[in-house]
Amino acid sequence: MNALTLIREFSLFRLKQSVILGVKSLWMHKLRSILTAMGIVFGVCSVIAMLAIGEGASYEAQQQIKDLGSQNIILESVKPTSKTAGGDQQRSTILEYGLTYKDISQIRATVPGVEVTIPSRDVKDFIWNEERNVDGAAVGTVPWFPEMRNRKVLEGRFFSELEMSMRAPVCVLSKSLARELFPLSEPIGDTVRIHTSYLRVIGVIDDDPAVAAANEESEGSGEKGDGMEMMIPISTLEDHFGEVLIKYRSGSFEAEKVELHDVTIRIDDPDRVMSASLAIRHILERNHKQVDYRMTVPLDLLRRAERTKQIFNIVLGSIAAISLLVGGIGIMNIMLATVTERTREIGIRRALGAKKKDIVIQFLIETVMLSGAGGLIGVALGLAIPITITHFANMVTIIEFWAPALAFTISVVTGVLFGIYPAFRAAGMNPVEALRHE
Amino acid sequence: MLRDAVVEPVIELRGVEKHYQMGDTLVKALHGIDLKILPGDYISILGPSGCGKSTMLNILGCLDQPTLGQYFLGGQDVSELSDDDLSQVRGKRLGFIFQSYNLIQQLTVVENIEVPLYYQGVSEKDSRELAVELAHKVGLGKRLDHRPTELSGGQQQRVAIARSLANDPPVILADEATGNLDSKSGGDILEIFDELNADGKTLILITHDEGMAMRTSRTIRLKDGEVAYDSYTEGQLV
Ligand SMILES: Nc1ncnc2c1ncn2[C@@H]1O[C@H](COP(=O)(O)OP(=O)(O)OP(=O)(O)O)[C@@H](O)[C@H]1O
Ligand SMILES: [Mg+2]
Repeated sequence: MNALTLIREFSLFRLKQSVILGVKSLWMHKLRSILTAMGIVFGVCSVIAMLAIGEGASYEAQQQIKDLGSQNIILESVKPTSKTAGGDQQRSTILEYGLTYKDISQIRATVPGVEVTIPSRDVKDFIWNEERNVDGAAVGTVPWFPEMRNRKVLEGRFFSELEMSMRAPVCVLSKSLARELFPLSEPIGDTVRIHTSYLRVIGVIDDDPAVAAANEESEGSGEKGDGMEMMIPISTLEDHFGEVLIKYRSGSFEAEKVELHDVTIRIDDPDRVMSASLAIRHILERNHKQVDYRMTVPLDLLRRAERTKQIFNIVLGSIAAISLLVGGIGIMNIMLATVTERTREIGIRRALGAKKKDIVIQFLIETVMLSGAGGLIGVALGLAIPITITHFANMVTIIEFWAPALAFTISVVTGVLFGIYPAFRAAGMNPVEALRHE
Repeated sequence: MLRDAVVEPVIELRGVEKHYQMGDTLVKALHGIDLKILPGDYISILGPSGCGKSTMLNILGCLDQPTLGQYFLGGQDVSELSDDDLSQVRGKRLGFIFQSYNLIQQLTVVENIEVPLYYQGVSEKDSRELAVELAHKVGLGKRLDHRPTELSGGQQQRVAIARSLANDPPVILADEATGNLDSKSGGDILEIFDELNADGKTLILITHDEGMAMRTSRTIRLKDGEVAYDSYTEGQLV
């Protein structure tokens, strides 16, 4: 029997009759039908819920990485964590570490497509507004910092090229710092002090998304991790604080010399980011004996996040496939039992003029209704779970429009696949023997 | 003879045999049945248990195929028909009545009567109308929405009769239709059969009841898979 004629001969009325009949016979064994459909319910529901949670998590991760700028490579100086640093005899000596201007000029000279670099330097010290102070950092940087780093200026403005060349004593506060120092008043136009320098506040910029994220994960482990920073023209910074920074901390003092705290390199061609990052890593490895720098390649992180997501999806897909397989086997099992149970009915129908295909269709419709109903309930639950999670656990969950549709389709397809064998078995019965069946 | 000359037989068996392989032994349920049944015949088939009555009726009903020999239904050799065609023949040209009624339990009286119509693609409205009419005809006009379990045996058998009439088939086959019924309900069923025959239907009834055989116009007795007596040919021979 071929599928086309099967469909053509099957009028809407007969479909309706088959559906009514299916409902009736499923209803006769309510508990059994419900338990059978349950396999599909949980399969479909877990697929949708896990997809939504997974999408949400990876969206958040990717968003954080994208906020760093996917064409950027970020270099930072880090204090080497080793025996050479720290210790009693080190107290009075000056610790020299980190990225140097030499590194940057080599990078600019040898790596093609390096569009802009943002040299920046941090000075860590207390920042004052009259009596209030916050342990923070002054970041010396360039006027195009906000657009390079995808940071939004929330109030006022960022400093200009002119201010940079004039070495103007101006600063732009991060949101957190502004909130700490000026809890009640408007910061713009006011003055803050760091060490002995007074700087005029001209704007407020949003917090570093990476720092904000790190803060969320582990509370206050990083030293500058608070995001308590202000941006000032790098020229101004060099004027006010020489090359050596001395920090007084509870009686003792630490002296550090760092040429460049922070550099962002932008690669003009998105396709060359990875190769450029390799070249830069090579240069830095050659120049630095100890690892006193950190290199962050947002694109690499993004790729890794995507790969993680792919693995997650494969795992998810396998779980879904297994649960649907189990559900499908459950359905097949029950349908085989149903076919045996209704052998006599099949014989009667055959005697009354039912063709084999009529019997096939009747049982297939029943299976599909069973799995379809399971699928619908599964979709409903699968939508409810992420919504509940978002509501109560404040986690981002994303329900892709295709996910419920796909899960439902798969449940129906499962029904058809696992219903085919029982249906054909029913249709293949010898009418005489079927009629004699008790 | 005269009858043969005037009308074509609706059913003709030529040397029909049915064999069953049971392990090593071959059971010959039927061997060498020759039979002509004319339109409007009212036939009872009798015989001891195991003589092959049901086997023959299953073949006549196109539910089973003979091992040897030929079966012509309305001049058509049934062995040449496909499975779908056989279904079509059963639905359209034959009506079945079983000893154990064989109603579908999930369906109501009307819905049971509608089953053969459904497979002939009769529209919803026509099918309902006809089923209700047939239910009235067998005296179940007040029981349309009852389930088989809510009916007596006699009532169930009347539903089965109504169902067998749904597509207005020329031939009706009944295997011990009154076998499970008391004499009163059995008598009611027989009355319906008489009426149907009077309307021109060909009826072939298997029975153990000699009284029932008396009512029919033709009696066939089987013994060990062979026709031992046929009132029609007997009459011819005289
Ligand atoms: N499917 C089968 N397999 C093997 N043998 C069978 C089968 N069906 C029938 N027979 C045999 O064929 C013979 C005739 O059986 P059948 O059912 O036709 O008898 P019957 O005349 O209807 O008897 P009863 O009056 O008891 O119903 C019996 O010997 C039976 O054992
Ligand atoms: Mg019998």
